[in-house]
Amino acid sequence: MSAQSATVLSKEGFREKLLKPDLISGSEILLRSLLLEGVDCVFGYPGGAVLYIYDAMHGNEDFRHLLTRHEQGAIHAADGYARSTGKVGVCIATSGPGATNLVTGIATAYMDSVPLVVITGNVATTLIGTDAFQEADITGITMPITKHSYLVRNVEDLPRVIREAFHIASTGRKGPVLIDIPKDVSAQKTVFRYPETINIRGYNPTVNPNRLQVEKLLKAIEESERPVILAGGGVVYSGAHEELIEFVNKTQIPITTTLLGLGGFPSSHPLWMGMPGMHGTVTANRALQECDLLISIGARFDDRVTGKLDGFAPHAKIAHIDVDPAEIGKNVETDIPCVGDVKMVLSLANEKARPAKSAAWIGKIAESLKQYPLRYKDDDKELKPQFVIEMIHETTNGEAIITTDVGQHQMWAAQFYKFNHPRSLITSGGLGTMGFGFPSAIGAQMGNPGRLVVSINGDGGMQMCSQELAICAINNIPVKIVVINNQVLGMVRQWQELIYENRYSHIDLSGSPDFVKLAEAYGVKGLRATNKEEARRVWKEALETPGPVLIDFVVRKEENVFPMVMQGSTLDQMVLGDSE
Amino acid sequence: MITKHAISILVNNQPGVLQRVSGLFGRRGFNIDSITVGESEEPGLSRMIIVTSGDDRTLEQVQKQLYKLIDVIKVVDLSASPMVARELALIKVNAEPAQRPEILGIIETFRASVVDISPSTLIAQVVGDSEKIDAMVELLKPYGLRELTRTGVTAMTRGLSK
Repeated sequence: MSAQSATVLSKEGFREKLLKPDLISGSEILLRSLLLEGVDCVFGYPGGAVLYIYDAMHGNEDFRHLLTRHEQGAIHAADGYARSTGKVGVCIATSGPGATNLVTGIATAYMDSVPLVVITGNVATTLIGTDAFQEADITGITMPITKHSYLVRNVEDLPRVIREAFHIASTGRKGPVLIDIPKDVSAQKTVFRYPETINIRGYNPTVNPNRLQVEKLLKAIEESERPVILAGGGVVYSGAHEELIEFVNKTQIPITTTLLGLGGFPSSHPLWMGMPGMHGTVTANRALQECDLLISIGARFDDRVTGKLDGFAPHAKIAHIDVDPAEIGKNVETDIPCVGDVKMVLSLANEKARPAKSAAWIGKIAESLKQYPLRYKDDDKELKPQFVIEMIHETTNGEAIITTDVGQHQMWAAQFYKFNHPRSLITSGGLGTMGFGFPSAIGAQMGNPGRLVVSINGDGGMQMCSQELAICAINNIPVKIVVINNQVLGMVRQWQELIYENRYSHIDLSGSPDFVKLAEAYGVKGLRATNKEEARRVWKEALETPGPVLIDFVVRKEENVFPMVMQGSTLDQMVLGDSE
Repeated sequence: MITKHAISILVNNQPGVLQRVSGLFGRRGFNIDSITVGESEEPGLSRMIIVTSGDDRTLEQVQKQLYKLIDVIKVVDLSASPMVARELALIKVNAEPAQRPEILGIIETFRASVVDISPSTLIAQVVGDSEKIDAMVELLKPYGLRELTRTGVTAMTRGLSK
């Protein structure tokens, strides 16, 4: 058989080959099972307890593994892959420090309901509990931040565990599932049998909505005069963006999308009010405070969205659509609960949806949108961070996949990049994980080889995972890495200025490396801009460069993100700052 | 309004399941007054009875969060319907021969029993609802409690209701 005919083995033939009931090791079972689950790229880092697993990868042409330079890079990459593709992201690390280095990434995925299967090695079953070299109780450590976890003590259980892990991670409210595999289990052999069916008695997510509740919702809509939709990540995760557009058009309800909901509804739609919350738009925040009906769709009333909970949406009847029943009534008392998959709830609602009495309300909102657009004081001489984001938006026609780190640049990206497609903003919302922006872009690029991926970072977060420049260079992963460099921890500076009376404590990032040289040290092209003209020129050059590029945009320190709702204030108490 | 509830939780008899359940209570700020675990009527499944206190909203959250654990099969708020709740206590009390008759009188009144006796102490075993045990402990205190251990409440609903 020629090499070519081997690679064009049909998908069915490939499956058949994988399913063969051979006597194989736990490690080979793992690789075959991952391939059977459709995994096309795994991010990881080897070590003592996973040596058998990495040995099984050696020479395995079917299995694609990307070696990161830190376990944290691996899991954020898997996360970016999952968020941008909708598929389950997979990463592998060794026991002990390898596993604990994944903890932040697991918590990040858990908070934002991202489907991951996290594989860790552990010391041999005979050594567990003895404080053996590189032993850590990773299932215990991660219990509060995983949807579920397994410690596999028998190799016979491994195929079932992997099958279940993928099912649990990717259904209902999605989330990370950890599989801890002791070294001896990865070495032991058994006859491979991949289970055809899944039977998990304690796991049966409610996806089908209750028709009665949906009818109640529709009736409330028809009676409402000032309705608002608050759409979150659940819209994106259930693939309900088209249903949402239909729902909004039919019901004529103005809509605001949370940070994780951005892209779940086109920002070009006239009824879109922007993002709500701490750095939300004036229009969205006021609408939430004034509405008589608030329909939350796949959003969870995070404190950054609601402001002071006591005075949140004081006049509104609350309807809440969510696949996780525990979210309903958790933070906000709910009048109309609709438990179910967002896409299914909206499809059902769309069958009979009729418009609200919202004409006057829509008029008022349109007026407000005109009066209070997001703006900033631009400067001809100085390079403003908001200008950089606007420039990136314009030059990419809003079609890029954007990943961000956490802080001011994240909020500016959310405000000034206008998202029109789901899965085009990859950002750590719930946990707010610095160091996420760059490695998640690597994962997003691996999952979307044909798309332009732009990673927007601050100069703080960029240094938390900059080591992954190596894998961009070596694998020619063409991410455009933007550093909004204000030489300071900007969001902390902003709070210290506005709330702690200019007492600037430990925010100065001078001593950071020259980011251009840092990129070059890894073999990645580096460019710098310190004014608008340079910014336009180097950004154009970056877009025209086929491989990875890091662009260091040097901006001033003092810029703040506005509007801002101070912690402990209600949403209508916004500080508009110097944008006016 | 804060009320006490006995919650019955049917779980997979898996390593770590107690940690999953108790950890959930801890990190969500739910209170555990007592917790008991043992085999259930079905092989492979255990039943936990947790007594917790909170308002209605907290109780609803407790149940919903418990259902999110993959190893949790069923959650029932026993306090919502007529139920039997029992606890067992062992009470080691000072009992010099002179005081024994009085103490034995108390034990008899509570339909408790003496399960161990030494020259100067005895161990009483009492079964009942928590209030009954509280009352008996109060009455034995004047003699000098040496040691007290309580199992926590186990409970089930009466009759055919489930």
